[in-house]
Amino acid sequence: MATVQVSEAEKVYILHGVRDDLRVDGRGCEDYRHMEIETDMVSNTDGSAKVTLGHTDVLVGVKAEMGKPRPMVPDEGYLEFFVDCSANATPEFEGRGGDELGMELSNTLYKVFNNRYSVDLKSLCISRGEHCWVLYVDVLLLQCDGNLFDAISVAIKAALFNTKIPKVHISEDEEGGKEIELSDDPYDCMRLNVENVPCIVTLCKVGHRHVVDATLQEKACSVASLIISVTHKGTVTCVRKVGGGSLDPESIFEMTEVKSGACALFHTICPHPGKLISIECSVVSNFNLIRTSKLVTQLHLLCRGNSLSV
Amino acid sequence: MNECRETLFGFCGNRLRYILNGQVSDDVIYMRRLNLQKTENMAADMRLPTFRKQVSLSPSLSALDGKDLVVPGDVITSDTGFMRGHGTYMDEEKLTASVAGEVERVNKLVCVRPLRTRFNGEVGDVVVGRITEVQQKRWKVETNSRLDSVLLLSSVNLPGGELRRRSAEDELTMRDYLQEGDLISAEVQSVFSDGALSLHTRSLKYGKLGQGVLVQLSPSLIKRQKTHFHNLPCGASIILGNNGFVWLYPAPGQQDEEAGGYYTSLEPVSLSDREVISRLRNCLLALGAHKVLLYDTSVLYCYESSLPHQIKDILKPEVMEEIVMVTRQKLVEQEG
Repeated sequence: MATVQVSEAEKVYILHGVRDDLRVDGRGCEDYRHMEIETDMVSNTDGSAKVTLGHTDVLVGVKAEMGKPRPMVPDEGYLEFFVDCSANATPEFEGRGGDELGMELSNTLYKVFNNRYSVDLKSLCISRGEHCWVLYVDVLLLQCDGNLFDAISVAIKAALFNTKIPKVHISEDEEGGKEIELSDDPYDCMRLNVENVPCIVTLCKVGHRHVVDATLQEKACSVASLIISVTHKGTVTCVRKVGGGSLDPESIFEMTEVKSGACALFHTICPHPGKLISIECSVVSNFNLIRTSKLVTQLHLLCRGNSLSV
Repeated sequence: MNECRETLFGFCGNRLRYILNGQVSDDVIYMRRLNLQKTENMAADMRLPTFRKQVSLSPSLSALDGKDLVVPGDVITSDTGFMRGHGTYMDEEKLTASVAGEVERVNKLVCVRPLRTRFNGEVGDVVVGRITEVQQKRWKVETNSRLDSVLLLSSVNLPGGELRRRSAEDELTMRDYLQEGDLISAEVQSVFSDGALSLHTRSLKYGKLGQGVLVQLSPSLIKRQKTHFHNLPCGASIILGNNGFVWLYPAPGQQDEEAGGYYTSLEPVSLSDREVISRLRNCLLALGAHKVLLYDTSVLYCYESSLPHQIKDILKPEVMEEIVMVTRQKLVEQEG
């Protein structure tokens, strides 16, 4: 991750601030920065999204291609992740500098999505054992200001929601071979159900407390962080610890019982490019991950073309 | 059909606000309440991006100021009688700008001063910098300029304020005083031939900085003033470095005589001081985003106009705009 240097006195200031629940920018320990999401801006992908969280900028593009299903699961499609840390973000990422971070991020994403419930892989099957849809999810890091995992997971969810996979018609021709036709109509497509796509929350341990959405300065003061990916129903799909410091088991439980989660509502954006709808709405629900979990972040885009019923 | 149906669900105790930009036709906004239980204060705020407003230069303004703004590639003049200065180049007998900024004409010399650039230090500038390296008899300091600035061992005050020759022992204990990552405030003593700055902390008001917050902005936004150290009446102190680094710290106590930074107090700062500092930090970022010239008065006005809002709300785009607008009005009133 891109790092900044902080002096000892600044570290002490940040630590005491976190202890008093007033971070450097006035947020509480469980507040996120201002987030902006935009979908459908890259025209040559099947789905795309751009998320700006503070100064962190992430662009995700999803391309659907036909491929052969995996031998163990012949009736399912699959997802492939690739994270590219662009040198625009920091000079450290120049050349091969960003490869390590990119590998770490993609491996985490594979773990997060490595279960049957996040994305309905059966809907990606075209013909059992022969053809299936492979979704190539490409993540591009444009600017890095801390909290990459959260921004990437939100962007992936939005991009998967925005993905339009063309409908396929399989017809038998004379010699018994299968002929696959993709429909030409841009509106005749299949959308993915992203209800169960998990979102990642990174909790950084700063001093004796944990903070959500740490900036680079706060990251420099923390020794360890916990990355948890949660679906909106509260199912935890992946838990990872990063950093060289140690986490007490009790503090892990405390971290997962984050009291004020964020439940964000999403609204449709009209596919017409000239119109912008800026809606601010946030609602917080009290939730407890371990017991009856609620959601951490939810993105539920409901865009169904031009008219919606209420 | 130009019909817009919006439905808003009222949530008890929640703030729900939506802003529509431009025409809405065939748009229906559908909102669904999801898993709502108790409502506390907001923790995450997600939204869709808004168009950036286009600011058009009013003709009266440009005529009065006579500012000539150019972008790289713009032809400044085809007259060959001019000498070309910084920021220009000759392109087939035509004088063309190579940076984006305003044209300055001094007799026969034409140069372009860029609007956004690295810090170009002059003798006497006050800078806030971060130590990047500890070398033999000097420190390298990062000051947002093209090259790292240099702080010589002979340019700092020794502990105890003694005036003596620097010995080999002083060289070995350099790291005890300033390490990599430390912040200092210093003054530019001279400029080397390659453009690197030579700093000094020979006065008691300069030296290592203690607890506080650093805000990094563009150097062109800092106004040159008589003094860059201010004790703001709201309860915090500020150092406006000419290089764009602004340091906010809690106001020093009564018994304090500047120790020159040898003793950094690691006592916890009180919550009220912290709130003031956080609010000032967000105000500075808001002013920087809207390209307002920074000096003690503008910072103070911005602080006052931000008081009705919560500290963490200041960084929201619409709140930022509102605060900066009020600040600009106050500044214009003050001048006029």
